[in-house]
Amino acid sequence: MVPTNYYLILSAILFGLGIVAFVFKRNIITLFMAIELMLNAVNLAFVAFSQSLGKLDGEVFVLFVIIVAAAEAAVGLGIIILTARNRRSLNVERVDLLKL
Amino acid sequence: MLPILENLWIIPLLPLLGSAINGFFGAKWPNKTVNAVALGSTGLSFACALEAVREFLGDYFPANHHAFVKPFFDWILAGNFRAGFDLQMDQLTVVMVLIVTGVGFLIHIYSTGYMAHEGGYYRFFSYLNLFMFFMLILILAANYVLLFVGWEGVGLCSYLLIGFYFLRKSASDAGNKAFIVNRIGDFGFMLGMFLLFRTFHTLDFSTIFAKAGPMPADGMGQFGTLTIACLLLFMGATGKSAQLPLYVWLPDAMEGPTPVSALIHAATMVTAGVYVVARSNVLFIHAPTAMYVVAIVGCATAFFAATIGLVQSDIKKVLAYSTVSQLGYMFLACGVGAFSAGVFHLMTHAFFKALLFLSAGSVIHAMGGEQDMWHMGGLWSKIKVTAWCMLFGTIAIAGFFPFAGFFSKDAILFGAFQYEHGGKILYAVGLTAAILTSFYMFRLIWLTFFGAPRYDEHHVHVHESPKSMTVPLMILAALSAVGGWLALPALWGGSNYFSDFLQPVMGSTEETAGGSVHTLELILSGVAIIAATLGLLAAWRMYAKGAKRGTSEGLHKVLYNKYYVDEIYQAAIIGPLVWLSRNILWKVVDAGAIDGTVNGIAHGAASIGDLTRRTQSGNTRSYAVWVIVGAIVIFGVIFWPVIHPVVFGGVR
Repeated sequence: MVPTNYYLILSAILFGLGIVAFVFKRNIITLFMAIELMLNAVNLAFVAFSQSLGKLDGEVFVLFVIIVAAAEAAVGLGIIILTARNRRSLNVERVDLLKL
Repeated sequence: MLPILENLWIIPLLPLLGSAINGFFGAKWPNKTVNAVALGSTGLSFACALEAVREFLGDYFPANHHAFVKPFFDWILAGNFRAGFDLQMDQLTVVMVLIVTGVGFLIHIYSTGYMAHEGGYYRFFSYLNLFMFFMLILILAANYVLLFVGWEGVGLCSYLLIGFYFLRKSASDAGNKAFIVNRIGDFGFMLGMFLLFRTFHTLDFSTIFAKAGPMPADGMGQFGTLTIACLLLFMGATGKSAQLPLYVWLPDAMEGPTPVSALIHAATMVTAGVYVVARSNVLFIHAPTAMYVVAIVGCATAFFAATIGLVQSDIKKVLAYSTVSQLGYMFLACGVGAFSAGVFHLMTHAFFKALLFLSAGSVIHAMGGEQDMWHMGGLWSKIKVTAWCMLFGTIAIAGFFPFAGFFSKDAILFGAFQYEHGGKILYAVGLTAAILTSFYMFRLIWLTFFGAPRYDEHHVHVHESPKSMTVPLMILAALSAVGGWLALPALWGGSNYFSDFLQPVMGSTEETAGGSVHTLELILSGVAIIAATLGLLAAWRMYAKGAKRGTSEGLHKVLYNKYYVDEIYQAAIIGPLVWLSRNILWKVVDAGAIDGTVNGIAHGAASIGDLTRRTQSGNTRSYAVWVIVGAIVIFGVIFWPVIHPVVFGGVR
């Protein structure tokens, strides 16, 4: 059986990739995918813990996260489409109207 | 029928209802309706008071031999402190409640005539009824806190009524003066209450007096707790009852309508201080030093105010200083331990001073608003009823036998004569003040009613006042004549019904006069009558024929300007206070410190905001960095015990 640590390390690597992509990329869709990547990294950790502790709690969490992520994807893509229509661009640097 | 004694609250509630009804709805009503409400409520209140007194004296007191006290509801409960809406009835209350409702009712009737042509008719009666309510609370209260409610309430009504003609600057100023000067006295009164509560852990009269009774009395010249408490209470009394040095508001209070002067500033409210001292007689006899101070202040005021009264030209000002002077007599009586004499004088004074003020009002009414006696003269035949009533009042206040003032003033001077700490001097000063009293009152009579008219007879149409004004005058004149006869048997060695009546309240504080003392009392009575006659003769000599306005120089000028007391207060107290307020409190403390603090805090917040707003770049990725940094910090804090040895462990 694969040791739990391996899963956790993979999860950390995926999460770190998600952070790096989120901070350094400009395309909104890329950012969106980075968020999904981080969520799934966490899901992976949850499942790994669930497996190693022999409890189902982690998997229940994962189901919740997947559901919320699906809802978030629907809303987020809606926002992205509107932004793209209004700005004719997917560059996140140009979405800065909240600046003082 | 409803037993009134068990429902004492009815007596004060009726005027309150009258006040509320007239105050809220009276503006549009004709005078008749306002009259019905005002007179109905006070008249009913008087009837209830009579019934309550009958029940108390007839049934309750013979069976129980102590004051009737009934708590109606708890007002303040805090820890072991309780101030309830408790009303009580004892002999002192009987006297006061009959004076207040009886004289008050008469003055209400008079006012319907006097105020008939004035604006704000409903407002006047609303205030007057409100005054009755607070005054009744003051005298029916069974603890100091409730008494203080009435005390402040009558002060408020006094303020409102002095400033009744508020469009006149002098009237509103006089109202303010009365209110502010009273604050000084009330400050002392409150301190006195606090001290009493600290000492006795209650402010109920019955408990305090029962606890104070067996306490050892302070010696003369000692300042024990009770002495200081009594002095503080007396400080309140000097404010309310216009004694030295806080009397200055009362003469100015004559700006109010004349019935107000009669009711509030002569018969009832200003006697509240005397009432408090008489009510607290158990405390005062434990504090000889405080008694001494009361006697001296009272005696000095009696003399001081009488001298000012000698030369005033305004008919109401003469009566105002006379009131201050007579109140001084009452305090003199309390100070020398003759409490019942003080209350006796309070009662007779309520009759004859209300009479004098109302007669003066009738004269002013007849003269079409003229108050200067130098513009009167020769009115006797034109307003006979008023003149006779005023003469009755004058004889009573001057102290001629057998009018009311004779008996009460005689009792006071007799008490002063027997006082062991310089009583002879107090007696002499009091007697001199009696001569002065007789003088200025007969001066008033001669200037007003006799001699050649000194007004323009073509313009002023002197007319007698309507029945609504003269009937109360006649009733009060009758009371001024016979009101003192309660003490009549004392003249031939019998009992003084009045002091016997107050015996249960004043207790053993006053010893009864023996045989040899009785002769002394008769001699002193003779001397008092001689003194009054002297004043009468002096006034007759100076003013009966060819009255001339006094020369304005020397002593006359000092007296006419009231010893410049107002000017001295202005220079010594008000001026510095205003300067301090304007230059220190306003410009430094308020503008500098308080506004500076508030503005400084606002500026600080704004500049911090200026700095931190730069973090709001609007750039999504920079927010993401903040989120990550925040996550790392939280992670670090939570796992600090794990990280700490890993990172720094090797260095140690």
